[in-house]
Amino acid sequence: MSDTKRMALIATKGTLDMAYPPFILASTAATMGWEVGIFFTFYGLQLLRKDLSGIHISPLANPAMPMPVPMPVLMQVMPGMEAMATSMMKGTLKKKGVATLEELRTVCVESEVKLIACQMTVDLFDFKTSDFIAGIEYGGAATFLEFAGDADICLFI
Amino acid sequence: MDYDKEIDLRGLNCPLPIVKTKKQLGELGSGQVLKVVTSDPGSMRDMVAFTKATRNELLSSEEVDSEYVFFIRKS
Repeated sequence: MSDTKRMALIATKGTLDMAYPPFILASTAATMGWEVGIFFTFYGLQLLRKDLSGIHISPLANPAMPMPVPMPVLMQVMPGMEAMATSMMKGTLKKKGVATLEELRTVCVESEVKLIACQMTVDLFDFKTSDFIAGIEYGGAATFLEFAGDADICLFI
Repeated sequence: MDYDKEIDLRGLNCPLPIVKTKKQLGELGSGQVLKVVTSDPGSMRDMVAFTKATRNELLSSEEVDSEYVFFIRKS
């Protein structure tokens, strides 16, 4: 094994709040000179789509989400609430100088983070490889485990 | 302190200060000094970890009026 540290992540969620942790950790680790791989499976696969505008956040069943005004659950199911929460959250992220998902993903791609799309999930949801950004790998659990077997850090997100 | 290049990263939040510092260091030669200014309080700790991991030398770090100033010598 080399001196280079290795981190292996599994990204399983496709909401805005859960999209940040894998991309922040991966881009930071790569910046620190680590070798990084992310396995995108189930809803996490959404994070590899060319167009990330479908990545939303919902206040529904998400009681920890800070809201400007307390909102009863029955109101959270109203049409347009998810879009509103998403645009609110994106606005806050921007105001606080947090990078967009696209920016962080670009850092990952440029610093050669290994991005592995779960082939089974691609088949399961009938995705096309043309839905995804270029330069990613397609593989299964064995592909990920082979990489993760030599990792210093392995996280399931 | 003398420096060869300065980068203003105020207003940016984790992990951008580290990411952009790394990018800028890449454009400097070995032994050159980069001055970095941030407003992210987390960068005080992060810059220590980053320079340690990348074996660059953190010459100094200080807080001045809620801003953070770092001098880093490229290895």
